[in-house]
Amino acid sequence: MNTEGSALVTGASRGIGAAVARALAADGWRVGLNYRSDAEGAARVAREVEEAGGSALPLPGDVSEPGTADQVVGRLEEAFGPALVLVNNAGVRDDALALQIDDDAWARVLDTNLTGAFRLTRRALRPMIRARFGRVVNVASIVGRRANPGQANYAASKAGLIGLTGTLAAEVARRGVTVNAVAPGFIETELTEGVGRELLDAVPARRAGSPADVAACVRFLASPEAGYVTGATLTVDGGLTA
Amino acid sequence: MSTAVTQQQVHDRIVEAIASFGPDPEDVKPEALFEALEVDSLDLAELAQIAEEEFGVKIESSDVEGLKTVGDAIELVSARAS
Repeated sequence: MNTEGSALVTGASRGIGAAVARALAADGWRVGLNYRSDAEGAARVAREVEEAGGSALPLPGDVSEPGTADQVVGRLEEAFGPALVLVNNAGVRDDALALQIDDDAWARVLDTNLTGAFRLTRRALRPMIRARFGRVVNVASIVGRRANPGQANYAASKAGLIGLTGTLAAEVARRGVTVNAVAPGFIETELTEGVGRELLDAVPARRAGSPADVAACVRFLASPEAGYVTGATLTVDGGLTA
Repeated sequence: MSTAVTQQQVHDRIVEAIASFGPDPEDVKPEALFEALEVDSLDLAELAQIAEEEFGVKIESSDVEGLKTVGDAIELVSARAS
């Protein structure tokens, strides 16, 4: 189905990113698996994709660094063709009350979660615009729109991602490129290890979400069928913010 | 390494690119105003990308502001390609 282009998932070595990569590969995309340091995880995901009949390429690079976007997208395109799907999933957190967030903790989270996504999108939009087809999906969070004390930097980065999504969507819609966000609630991954289980009592679905729950949403937004959905944020939180 | 790019080559490629953005190819003449052709900033951003990828010419956003006609674009790319 998608023989002419490729998909890039950042933070694809584990968690939501790994699940998204597997889902896109199942839909026929040749997938670039960006990761910062978990080479083993990325290799594992690549093996899983290949065993299922797909194509995957681990692509190391820290999205918070300026040169990473050009380097990663360039390598992906050389191997698998023009980048037509981009999932900005790489994210970190560094929690503290705002009074105690120092400049480094602020910058680190914003640079990875928001600026990294911006740089990758700016680079990936080039082949998408020329191809008259593109899918950008930003993995935001319910925390971008609802208060969560202790996560001012994370919340700001995710709210920023949602704002970026809307404006970008309006800019490039005419070229058949959609830009959307997913806003996961409480998802069982390494990023949420150690977060109190009492949060689950407030979830109407009475369970944490799985990476596959989020991947299903990304998969839909990245599909050709979702061409009229753009500038939207799809919340996937078991009803928590309903 | 690269052969010399002629103004004719630049002219032909730019006219072709602008026609691909929507206007009637017959209207895409050097004196034509982008505004009249309904060629907007997204189209010009794509044109800048084509200039960079195919002619090695870098067009900044500040340059784009000064491009009012098809001829302006042809002149800018030709001048920087040589």
